[in-house]
Amino acid sequence: MLKKRLIVVLILRDGKVIQSVRFKHTNVIHWNPSIAVEFFDKWAADEIVVLDVSRNKNNRKLFYEVVSNLSKKCFVPLTVGGWIDGVEETRKVLRLGADKIAINTKAVINPEIISQLAEVFGSQCVVVSVDVKKHDGEYEVYINRGSEPTGLSPFNWAKKAQKSGAGEIFLNCIDRDGAREGFDLDLLRKVVESVEIPVIAMGGVFTWQHLVDGIIKGKADAVAAANIFHYTEHSAKKAKEFMKQAGIDMR
Amino acid sequence: MIALVDYGAGNLKSVLNAFETIGVKTKVVDKSSEIERASAIVLPGVGAFGDSMKTLKRLKLIEALDEQIFVKKKPYLGICLGLQFLATKSLEQGEHQGFGWVEGITRKIQPESREFRIPHIGWNEVTVLRESPLFDGIESPVFYFVHSYHLELADSDKKYLVGTSWHGETITAAVQKDNIFGVQFHPEKSQGAGLAVLRNFIKLI
Repeated sequence: MLKKRLIVVLILRDGKVIQSVRFKHTNVIHWNPSIAVEFFDKWAADEIVVLDVSRNKNNRKLFYEVVSNLSKKCFVPLTVGGWIDGVEETRKVLRLGADKIAINTKAVINPEIISQLAEVFGSQCVVVSVDVKKHDGEYEVYINRGSEPTGLSPFNWAKKAQKSGAGEIFLNCIDRDGAREGFDLDLLRKVVESVEIPVIAMGGVFTWQHLVDGIIKGKADAVAAANIFHYTEHSAKKAKEFMKQAGIDMR
Repeated sequence: MIALVDYGAGNLKSVLNAFETIGVKTKVVDKSSEIERASAIVLPGVGAFGDSMKTLKRLKLIEALDEQIFVKKKPYLGICLGLQFLATKSLEQGEHQGFGWVEGITRKIQPESREFRIPHIGWNEVTVLRESPLFDGIESPVFYFVHSYHLELADSDKKYLVGTSWHGETITAAVQKDNIFGVQFHPEKSQGAGLAVLRNFIKLI
């Protein structure tokens, strides 16, 4: 049987690992990202996601270096997101050692890109990242690092992304990001029910129980977190032990 | 030297990194002359079947592979798409001809219920059906999969099935026919167990 996944996310700005709170990226963690990944790999993370949240592409080179360096030490799947805009950029990061890409803003602007990527690299390589925030009481998809509302419902958008050829949905709840309240389970469940492809839940994890809730109550196929893994040693391993004890089939 | 065949798609670098970690020299190749010089050949995964097959044909690599595998008997390891290529044909986005090294069809996974999401992504156990050098000494065969299609062997060639996995239906996880090996999972992304598979493959040279 397929096991549930625990995914460690590294958020990078200008090549440095940072913390994210409601999509405001301030706190620089003084870590060498490739050493961080080596640890996460050893600590049994099932997958690693690296997101470039830099405000512009001026320091993209630094990000490429990070991807290339950490891919040498990462023997679990590595997904790269941020500033992905089409086939060429995807090919570039795959060549640097990524296994999948996550695409968000450019996919909303032109959903055709999802189909193009699926055609060239296969759906399994294409993760559509969906950032959601409540706007006038309704869930809404945001782009451009959470700054721009799109008027799209996350449920319809997730369905459309699947139809266009997405292999997975990476669901991030902006209101919960760094809020330490756990996943927005209502949002998560509804997105899971809207699609037939796997859904990765992100945003709000502060306790290991939150991870369990994401799988059992939220029905996610995989749970992801960033900040929490910065605090304790062997954190991914401890998280997985907790999840196993809660009856979840983990590696 | 191990040849890593480059057909435009593929997560070549990940495979390269994994071989480097176990101390094996590899070379990324896209010419038949380079394939001829290799002692073993690896075709990594990630890509769409039709598009990738077209590239292999354009680079005139299929004839070279045929000769090296069947005449020179060099070990071949196909990963993911590299396993699916072995089929007679694939039904991914239309119908495409495969290498035809085994009798079978690459087709979409058809799980028994909707709770099994497609693509099949994540870590799954492999049931090893018969002895194969690839799985030597691996106590816990749990590997990383990421795919929507798999190679269904024809009855005549079921004897080449080495390992299966379960995702709402039985999935072909590993195949061996003489010096031809194929795995649906990604050994380069399956931590210790995956690196062990690559080490086992290298021992065949």
